[in-house]
Amino acid sequence: MENAFGEPQNVVVLGGTSDIARAILQRLCAARTRSVVLCGRDATRLLDAGADATAHGATSVTSVLFNAEEPHNAAATVREAFEKMHGHVDLVIVAIGALGEQRRDEDDGDAVERLITVNFTWPGAALAEVRRLLVAQGSGRVLVISSIAAVRTRRSGYLYASAKAGLDNMCLGLADSLRGTGVTLQILRPGVVRTRMSRGLPERPFTTDAGDVAEYVMRALATDDLIIWSPPILRYVAFAIRQLPRAFWRRLDDALER
Amino acid sequence: MREVLVGWGGRSPARSSVCVPQSEDDVARAVASGDAMIARGLGRSYGDAAQLSAGVVLSNRGLSSIGPVVDGVVTVGAGTSIDELVKSTLPQGWFVPVTPGTRQVTIGGAVAADVHGKNHHVDGSFATHVRSMRLVTPEGTLQLSPSNEPELFWATMGAMGLTGVVSSVELNLTRVETNQMVVDTERHNGLESVMTEMRLRDGDYRYSVAWVDCMTTGRAKGRSVLTRARHATSLDVNDARLDPPTSARVAIPFRAPSHLLNTWSVRAFNELWYRRAPRRESAALVPLGTFFHPLDGVSDWNLLYGKRGFVQYQFCVPDEHGAAVAEVVERLTRAKVTSFLGVLKRFGPANPAPLSFPLKGWTLALDLPLGAARLPRLLDELDAVVIAAKGRVYLAKDSRLAPEHVAEMYPRLDEFLKAKARVDPKNQFTSDLALRLALAGR
Repeated sequence: MENAFGEPQNVVVLGGTSDIARAILQRLCAARTRSVVLCGRDATRLLDAGADATAHGATSVTSVLFNAEEPHNAAATVREAFEKMHGHVDLVIVAIGALGEQRRDEDDGDAVERLITVNFTWPGAALAEVRRLLVAQGSGRVLVISSIAAVRTRRSGYLYASAKAGLDNMCLGLADSLRGTGVTLQILRPGVVRTRMSRGLPERPFTTDAGDVAEYVMRALATDDLIIWSPPILRYVAFAIRQLPRAFWRRLDDALER
Repeated sequence: MREVLVGWGGRSPARSSVCVPQSEDDVARAVASGDAMIARGLGRSYGDAAQLSAGVVLSNRGLSSIGPVVDGVVTVGAGTSIDELVKSTLPQGWFVPVTPGTRQVTIGGAVAADVHGKNHHVDGSFATHVRSMRLVTPEGTLQLSPSNEPELFWATMGAMGLTGVVSSVELNLTRVETNQMVVDTERHNGLESVMTEMRLRDGDYRYSVAWVDCMTTGRAKGRSVLTRARHATSLDVNDARLDPPTSARVAIPFRAPSHLLNTWSVRAFNELWYRRAPRRESAALVPLGTFFHPLDGVSDWNLLYGKRGFVQYQFCVPDEHGAAVAEVVERLTRAKVTSFLGVLKRFGPANPAPLSFPLKGWTLALDLPLGAARLPRLLDELDAVVIAAKGRVYLAKDSRLAPEHVAEMYPRLDEFLKAKARVDPKNQFTSDLALRLALAGR
């Protein structure tokens, strides 16, 4: 069961090798987390993430293998993860995503399909099962890793951004649907984070480390805020971005990409 | 009916099937279903003690009967609140022997938490005044008393409802001549001064409590207001009356913004509280309700904490480790977390119940609004201080203790588990608190 600060004892991570998820899990394990089920594609890297969790205080770590390009497996993966927990699942972290490469992928239908599947279809399908199982439990929490990119798509990354926007929007509705069920959903919208996934990207303003993101998440678990901005100032940046005239937004993006 | 329940602190919601049995037979039928369950009274436990995710929550509010007072003994349904009981018996000159800081708790809840009041150093906790009680368990309904089934009687006291459902209680009452208290108040400019005074002279008073400011630093660190009292007799007042205290006159209509109670506003409140108290005043006549239940004047006051809710940290330490109280206050002050006036009390000897909270020494309770990022680990540090001092935290207030510390704080945990296993071998009685603290699996 989670405590009054939203700190869970039992955690399922979908996308267990994500750098952000690992940073969050380190802090959760240092707090109250003892049992972890990690789900991911790469068995070796899952083992590594599991060892990391153990080093920070987890006493039971198991893993489930899945491929996020195969959304028909999503529900079964979630079920398997819940079964391996042998108890109440306090928190599900959804940390699945791939950045793709906009210029390379934008004229390639198969690549676009893969990108949308990994960023939206698989996690969306998984969330349906997560919802069903957590509601049946009577309590629990979901943390979905979205992105500041979901706030407004832009020329230089519209494939990733639109898939994330789809997931993000779905989660807004999902969160409303969870009222009165005892289940809480929170959406994490980080800015650019220095991780494996973002390697090679230019440093944007408000770029942070995964550890910073994790600190903001720990604080937000205690407040139940629907949207977790990382860093928090992005709340205002996002507001400004939404107001910009389209032409201006396009030119800003061009300027940033140059 | 499916309902989302939270504790008084407003955190960790859980949806349960709530049912309201109207008789002990109804309770027995519900228990016979074999469903995982926990009883709930008025929901004043701060954490997750009276809820069970996806389980059954038996509200005891249907079991609210009050029998006649015979020679100072009354038989009450477990769902009766102390408020209802006092309103019924005070006009006849009988008061409850022990009351917590609110009248809005049920008798069943008072047993489950083995509540204490400002008179613990003289009168002990609630359990001391229970002559007998009826407990519905998976192994049948039992009549328990200190002489009949003493093990189970004591195992149930303070056990947060984990041995079964209390259906009725036979309770000793306290004779009073008026509805007034004779109160002495004094201000102390530091913790050491107030603790010395309490150690030396609390024995002269039946009721005693000190409010400690845990936010002010510098010379006034740990400044306190000590109030001590006895029941007024007919000699103390011109017109001896026995009207019961009135119900809440003010209600908080909605959740306040989460930032209403911040460092500054709480600091101002603490300042006001201290300044408002007389430097020294003796024999002031104060209505019983005002003295015992200052917060009952406002219903749903927990909503003042806003959407974010709050936690309460209450611990006790034995006399020989009284220095731990100062250590805790020091750490809180240094960490600059927002905390309302701490409530400091002396405890008398512990009773035989393995999970009863009070032990002879000191207790301090602190209300802490959620928000500060350092609060969770700070409280973990305080746990370490308390454990090193051979003390414990109060399960009725807990919403964040780590399971590995329960046995250290309650070294007789095994005795409780043995008694529970006898009447509830399948751990049918469990709660979110029991699951969180690994007291009873599912």
